[in-house]
Amino acid sequence: MEAQPAVRVQAPAVPEPREGQSVARLELKMAARDVNLWYGEKQALFGVSLDMFDSSVTALIGPSGCGKSTFLRCLDRMNDVIDGCRVEGDIRLDGEDIYAPRVDPVQLRARVGMVFQKPNPFPKSIFENVAYGPRIHGLCKTKAEYADVVEKSLTRAGLWDEVKDRLDESGTGLSGGQQQRLCIARAISVNPEVLLMDEPCSALDPIATAKIETLMDELKKNLCIVIVTHSMQQAARVSQRTAFFHLGKLVEVDETSKIFTNPTDQRTQDYVTGRFG
Amino acid sequence: MLGYVLLLITVLAVASYFFGRKRAAAVVGGRQQELHSRPSYHGAYVAAWVGLPSAFLVLIWLLLQGPVIDNLLLWSLPPGTVDGLTSGQISLLLSEIKSVAAGNVFSEPSLAVQDAAARYHSWQIIARWAMAAVALSIALLGLFFASRRISPEFRARHGAEHILSGLMIACSLIAILTTLGIVLSLLIEALRFFDRIPALEFFFGLNWEPQIPIREGQVTGGGAFGAIPVFTGTLLIALIAMAVATPIGLYSAIYLTEYAHPKVRAVIKPVLELLAGIPTVVYGFFAVLTVAPAMRQFGDMIGVPIAPNSALAAGGVMGIMIIPFISSLSDDAIAAVPRAMRDGSYAMGATKGETITKVLLPAALPGIMGGILLAVSRAIGETMIVVMAAGIIASLTANPLEPVTTVTVQIVTLLIGDTEFDNPKTLAAFALGLVLFLVTLALNVLALHIVRKYREQYE
Repeated sequence: MEAQPAVRVQAPAVPEPREGQSVARLELKMAARDVNLWYGEKQALFGVSLDMFDSSVTALIGPSGCGKSTFLRCLDRMNDVIDGCRVEGDIRLDGEDIYAPRVDPVQLRARVGMVFQKPNPFPKSIFENVAYGPRIHGLCKTKAEYADVVEKSLTRAGLWDEVKDRLDESGTGLSGGQQQRLCIARAISVNPEVLLMDEPCSALDPIATAKIETLMDELKKNLCIVIVTHSMQQAARVSQRTAFFHLGKLVEVDETSKIFTNPTDQRTQDYVTGRFG
Repeated sequence: MLGYVLLLITVLAVASYFFGRKRAAAVVGGRQQELHSRPSYHGAYVAAWVGLPSAFLVLIWLLLQGPVIDNLLLWSLPPGTVDGLTSGQISLLLSEIKSVAAGNVFSEPSLAVQDAAARYHSWQIIARWAMAAVALSIALLGLFFASRRISPEFRARHGAEHILSGLMIACSLIAILTTLGIVLSLLIEALRFFDRIPALEFFFGLNWEPQIPIREGQVTGGGAFGAIPVFTGTLLIALIAMAVATPIGLYSAIYLTEYAHPKVRAVIKPVLELLAGIPTVVYGFFAVLTVAPAMRQFGDMIGVPIAPNSALAAGGVMGIMIIPFISSLSDDAIAAVPRAMRDGSYAMGATKGETITKVLLPAALPGIMGGILLAVSRAIGETMIVVMAAGIIASLTANPLEPVTTVTVQIVTLLIGDTEFDNPKTLAAFALGLVLFLVTLALNVLALHIVRKYREQYE
């Protein structure tokens, strides 16, 4: 059993300091300890421990079927809706166990938002798509408040200028990249503290991908972002820390620059240099 | 004779298929790649030319043979025989000649009739042989024409595919033409009805007593053709049926797709759909023998008089009958909403209930609406249950505990017993039928339109 070496709460320095961003230590947002997960009889995650920090992007990479998406879905308890799925271990958000009996997954998911691989806007208007979260959580009272939240969220998602004149049109009529940004706007409309992104760009063309990556850079200023990606370039571009998963185990986690230039584990080395996966 | 001719044509067509195939292969000396189309397409092309024109001719011949011979017969009768006869009497005369020709002699037929019968007999034989000869020569002509075209360059596949698509068009035309025929016959009879009874009275009159005397001395009602009470009765019963079926169907669909364990769903869904397979007569029994008496007893218990053939009993049982329409179509519609929609909603922190009411149902609404509209048209057109369980007297009421009658019940009662197709009583059935047809047609078109317009909107 591998110990949890690099993971211990030593926050790494940010690789390249940017303007407006403190070089100081990042705050720990979510911490997973020794997470095991079973689908029925089949174990999919083996003792995964990972820290995710505020105001930074953590990338999960690894070959298909390695459990990175499964792990991501543990973080907002989306695995709860799957029959026969069982999770063991300890996952904390701001030090609070999210699998504790007193935690309602419904409330948790308002704090931990999620963006999926395939853009999945509801077959409603653009406005209603973004207002969905505030409506079910009762965040706004007046129409003006809703309009305000919708505008702010769309602006943060970089979509406002493109759709401000057609908020009544169906969200499904947008292009793929726009749909994905609409889904991001929808996810951040309830002011989550953590944003989980499950291969958000794998269905998009390079231009739309570039837009989303720029957006992530912007969003991470006041969010903890965890992204699953198959593109190592993307992980290198957007993330500060990278975790490498293999066969349901967390092999290595470190600063992104270190993972890609000087990984400790041979398997990580092989994967990032394209020798397998 | 007809059977033999058709059999012969079929055999010829099959044989010419093999002939054409062999011939095509022979033309290129077995090197198939030199042919534009595969040999079997050549065969099919030849077979189509042999079989189809001759079969078509036989069909036309059969349609025309009867009238032509009839006219010839009337011509050949001694001059003056048919003068001053009505069309009904003429057709009586013709059928007398035909039955004599077939050997069914009941009374002493006149000499002219006997002569005519003999002529009819011989003409029939001539016609049959002529048909066989013409059909065969057409088939052989087709064979000659088609087999001459076989060559390496000949694009037999295109030809065969054209013929095939033509056949498919013909098949779909049959359904359309049948519908058209039904509409036309309804329309014509309905127009005859409106000749006698003004349309204004029919559509806006409040009094429906169609049982007018056909024979003298019959004791019947006064005869009034205001169809409003019939329409409102139909509406009332359909409304009750929908009030029963919509919530039950919808909730069971939601339960089956969102809550039920797959194993439970695998059992319940087919059982629910079994409801649709129960003959409506059986539902009728159920309504008359079980539901209506139970309702009456219950009414006696709480001191409310409930008629034995109340709208509630008929509508309620009809509602049970159409549950599967709604549940099955809604279930399909909800299940077809992509998993990604559910995930998206759950990930926003929505509960299951919110996900169902705010995302799944709106996304599935077109399918659900389609199901409901189909169920409505089914409820309006349903006959057997209401004939057995609803009333016959048309009364203008919105009270579900009183008996009302429906369009279908009235059509049935108008057409049984004494009928005469010159009488407004009988013709009223066609007018009612026309209205019923138009309403259900409109509902079906609307349902199809809704389903088509919003289908896969979420993709």
